[in-house]
Amino acid sequence: MPSALKLDRAAVRIGGGLVWSDVDLEVEQGEFVAILGPNGAGKSTLLKALLGLVPLSHGSVLVFGHPVRRGNDDVGYLPQRRRFDPDLRIRATDLVRLGLDGGRWGVPLPSAAKRRRVAQMIELVGATGYQDRAIGELSGGEQQRVLIAQALVSGARMLMLDEPLESLDLSNQQAISELIRGICERQGVTVLLVAHDVNPILPFIDRVVYVAGGHVLSGQPRDVIRTETLTRLYGAPVEVLHTGDGRLVVVGQYEPVSHHAIDH
Amino acid sequence: MVGQGPSWDVVADIQLLLQFHFMQNAFLAGTLVALLAGATGYFVVLRGQSFVAHMLSQVGFPGAAAGVLLHVSPVLGLITFCVAAAVGIGWLGRDVEAGNRAESAAVGSILAFSLGLGLLFFRLYAGSAQGIYAFLFGSILGIADRDVLLTFAIAAAGLAVLVWMGRPLVFASVDPDVAAARGVPVRLVSIGFLVILALAVAITVQIVGTLLIFALLVAPGASALQLTARPGLGFVLSIVLALAFTWVGLALAYFSDFPVGFFVTSLAFGAYVVIRAPKTLPVRTRAVYA
Repeated sequence: MPSALKLDRAAVRIGGGLVWSDVDLEVEQGEFVAILGPNGAGKSTLLKALLGLVPLSHGSVLVFGHPVRRGNDDVGYLPQRRRFDPDLRIRATDLVRLGLDGGRWGVPLPSAAKRRRVAQMIELVGATGYQDRAIGELSGGEQQRVLIAQALVSGARMLMLDEPLESLDLSNQQAISELIRGICERQGVTVLLVAHDVNPILPFIDRVVYVAGGHVLSGQPRDVIRTETLTRLYGAPVEVLHTGDGRLVVVGQYEPVSHHAIDH
Repeated sequence: MVGQGPSWDVVADIQLLLQFHFMQNAFLAGTLVALLAGATGYFVVLRGQSFVAHMLSQVGFPGAAAGVLLHVSPVLGLITFCVAAAVGIGWLGRDVEAGNRAESAAVGSILAFSLGLGLLFFRLYAGSAQGIYAFLFGSILGIADRDVLLTFAIAAAGLAVLVWMGRPLVFASVDPDVAAARGVPVRLVSIGFLVILALAVAITVQIVGTLLIFALLVAPGASALQLTARPGLGFVLSIVLALAFTWVGLALAYFSDFPVGFFVTSLAFGAYVVIRAPKTLPVRTRAVYA
């Protein structure tokens, strides 16, 4: 079984500046990986490189043993975004359907099989109750569920989620994290999740990938989520606390901002 | 316009309406224009590109004038200028939207210059105020046979391409980042749509003119999107509304002494207000409707 992801001495340059380089990384199928790091360190660029949206300047990357390409049905993607425009008048179910055949040219014809597939994904993420409402009218948490269904509908075996928990309230952060963990476990889907705040996903992740200072490192949560490691990686004081029920909480003294001005 | 008024006998009225060749041409061209304008308008509103539609129609004005000046069909001048502007906008990217301050200031200056240039071209021709009036407010009742033919070719091709690129266009409109990751050539789709929009603008100007173009190119799509969030239904509804505004507008103008442009814009505006009004009422009042 090939690795879900394999980077070999990979590097990316944007506008002449090296975002990160010399990246060796391997992710096994079915792993839930958190991608952490300061703002502007190149977390989103890492996802875009894995999607083929940004070319590598050096090295190689394989996804399920194959070179990256756009439109790969194996990969579902949620870009970093603010909310959909409240006036956007297209139903949630139509948005999911776009993930299935939105890239096809030609006259759209009705298809019962595709409709069933869309309904199945909407049910999986628990969005059946609002599938016929316009996407702009839905809450942030509801929109994220619909987008996860869209990312999965083509039969994706890997989800790349860029800050899916940002701008959600605490209970929705919790619910979406649990949903993603469930999909990872039950469907065997590999998850790469870029996060600004590690706390909501900390109980669910198998591995941490750190993007900081032009390098990408990876490790077990218990090895990386430590006061001294995080302080070094962020270049700012960060403290890891242990709660009474054995959970970890990461506390930063202020918003960490990288001196690399590239924010992609 | 003519001696006889409507008799409320539909068949007789339609015979009356179509008894003259210029009215046959008007209905034929109007129908073709409404088909493409309604179809394009759905995407204009979905993509939030009303401002671009307006801009293209103003850039078309000197194009029409140049067509008159060079003794070729004004429609050809319109098409040339509109398509060139569309490719230019597409090449610059989607930043040329009303939301972008620096760009909208630049676009404003270009539009004023464009109208001024059109004025100069018309003056150079013969100082014909008639011609200017026709392109600012439409001249559907003076459509020549060769223009009907050209309108047919453009409407048929434009509509076919829109339907063919429908799914990638919707995808790129509502979710460009994911569409790009899924292999949709977002930039190309965007430029392709702008070219179709330019063609739609060029033929719509014949009916309602540069200044009233929103009536057929934006209002039907805006109303359709208020009525339904289903893409297929919204697309068809937008076309149906554009057809209805054109047909009823033409008939009203024929049986009265008022211009076509007035009736088409009034119908478009009236429909939008009626559809939109219940949604803009305060929440307490709205509960009565629900």
